[in-house]
Amino acid sequence: MNRLSWFNTVSLTLGFAFLYIPMVILVIFSFNASKLVTVWAGFSTKWYGELLGNEAFLDAAWVTLKVAVLSSSIATVLGTMAAYVLVRGGRFLGRTLFSGMIYAPLVMPEVITGLSLLLLFIGIGLDRGVLTIVLAHTTFSMCYVSVVVSSRLVTFDKSLEEAALDLGCSPAQAFRLVTLPIIAPAVISGWLLAFTLSLDDLVIASFTAGPSSTTLPIKIFSAVRLGVSPEINALSTVMISIVTVGVIAASLVSKRSMVRQQKDEQEAARAQ
Amino acid sequence: MQSTVFTPWEDPDAKPLIRFQNVTKRFGTFTAIDDLSLDIYEREFFALLGPSGCGKTTMMRMLGGFETPTEGRIELAGKDIVGVPPNKRAVNMMFQSYALFPHLSVWDNIAFGLRRDKRPKAEIEARVAEMLKLTRLEKFAGRKPHQISGGQRQRVALARSLAKAPKLLLLDEPLGALDAKLRQDTQFELMDIQEKTGTTFVIVTHDQEEAMTVASRVAVMDEGKLIQVATPDRIYESPANVYVADFIGDVNIIEGRATPGEDDTYAIDWAEGEVPLQATSATRFDKGQTCYLAIRPEKVTISTDRPEGAVNAVQGKVLDIAYLGNLSTYHVELPSGMVIKAQTANTRRISRRSFTWEDPVWLSWTVTGGVLLAG
Repeated sequence: MNRLSWFNTVSLTLGFAFLYIPMVILVIFSFNASKLVTVWAGFSTKWYGELLGNEAFLDAAWVTLKVAVLSSSIATVLGTMAAYVLVRGGRFLGRTLFSGMIYAPLVMPEVITGLSLLLLFIGIGLDRGVLTIVLAHTTFSMCYVSVVVSSRLVTFDKSLEEAALDLGCSPAQAFRLVTLPIIAPAVISGWLLAFTLSLDDLVIASFTAGPSSTTLPIKIFSAVRLGVSPEINALSTVMISIVTVGVIAASLVSKRSMVRQQKDEQEAARAQ
Repeated sequence: MQSTVFTPWEDPDAKPLIRFQNVTKRFGTFTAIDDLSLDIYEREFFALLGPSGCGKTTMMRMLGGFETPTEGRIELAGKDIVGVPPNKRAVNMMFQSYALFPHLSVWDNIAFGLRRDKRPKAEIEARVAEMLKLTRLEKFAGRKPHQISGGQRQRVALARSLAKAPKLLLLDEPLGALDAKLRQDTQFELMDIQEKTGTTFVIVTHDQEEAMTVASRVAVMDEGKLIQVATPDRIYESPANVYVADFIGDVNIIEGRATPGEDDTYAIDWAEGEVPLQATSATRFDKGQTCYLAIRPEKVTISTDRPEGAVNAVQGKVLDIAYLGNLSTYHVELPSGMVIKAQTANTRRISRRSFTWEDPVWLSWTVTGGVLLAG
């Protein structure tokens, strides 16, 4: 192991301090026995206990999870289809326009997306609730999935699909049996991205949510406006832990498969 | 006496397996294939040879069903196959990149096409086992493509494309990714497998040595046209024009003007103040017509003194010597500045090198040693 120079050590410390000090403070104060957020009065886990008894938060968490799973799944199907057509469809009329348009929501201000969806739902007389949030989240996360999947498809060797056709597959079979299994990692990471986006979203959800369907970010935001309570800190800490565990698990899985592939390739080279 | 030599293209009654009839393929304004007609017979090992961009890959992709001709007809066993999708053709292809499915094992890769036909399980198993044996891959059946070497991958690709017993197998630069030594072994293996299975093979390659080694007939292509279709020895010894002579192997080209003599012999004036060269030709040349004499380096004899009774002899000095182990090639500069290559086989292990740089030497060849070409 190399020793870091003092300059690198300082850069590293400053950078990570900047990133993580706010979260560390939040986590520490979630274990505060006092009801006052800024005064430390000893260690306690009572806020976590209270969180479990808070129906409103649990309901909001359940709505959020439902919305995230549904919208990310629909967005993954639609986004993958869009990516496939745009990358593989050859040069059809309006292709450039379509590929430009599918990426536009990436840079569109969320307020505008939310407002336009709200107007649409009112216009067609759709009552706001879980369904409208799912539709809204599908709309904006679909383009993220499409970006992730199409970047994988661009590097995908087209002759694999041709080989499948050559061996007797119909185009649909070729997609199901060859293309999809190979691009699966990109599709899964597209799904995860859409899932996290939906989990995080406050602006669009607050436009499209109804009174009976509050998501967690909306709940936290409105609770904070009444004053930060240690319960919110506890809830946030739970969310941070879930995300951390997820990220570590995902990186471990991908690292293990990479190591295995390297080992396989070395063995193959030796067997030659 | 019945001939056992395989030459269906000389039999006027033989029915071709593949027939290109006035096929043209354009991509936008670019003409990839230009009004091309070609017959390929059953059990042939047919090579399409040419530089990159000559249209050979387009020809193959049209046979595979991945491109449709702009004009013309392509017949397979008497039926027009234009418009038939790739999955409905009795044609299989081995891709340049091998296109092995990375998520499937070697066994599953080979079984892939058989499974699409919904064949009974026992039959699939028997056929895959047969293919594994044919390509000597039994030990690797359970491995994934990234767990085997390049040569083994090449054999999996071959086994997979042969598994469905196609009428026609297309091979797109099949040995391009292998190193020279492995490539040579694999060439003989391919010929062996082609003979065993009796399948018609069409191979696309830019490597003239590979085409010459494996093929029963070679088609030399350039800019979407067939320049010459013939057996490897005819392509080499009787090229149709300067392009083919130059593309296949090494050649000396001497430009001159023909003067007809007796018995198809021509005298060629090739340089001011030099004795005309003598060559025979079956095709007629008019007096004064521009012609090109193509002589292979190995047909040129190099000697210190002028050989007795040599029809064609020119003097020069050694400019360069390329020692290749089995052969040595001498580059000899003539007084006119023209460089002629002469090749000798190094048949003895220990011998003094007879010629060295700057040595004055004589080059000679017989009256039939060169081919007279019009252009």
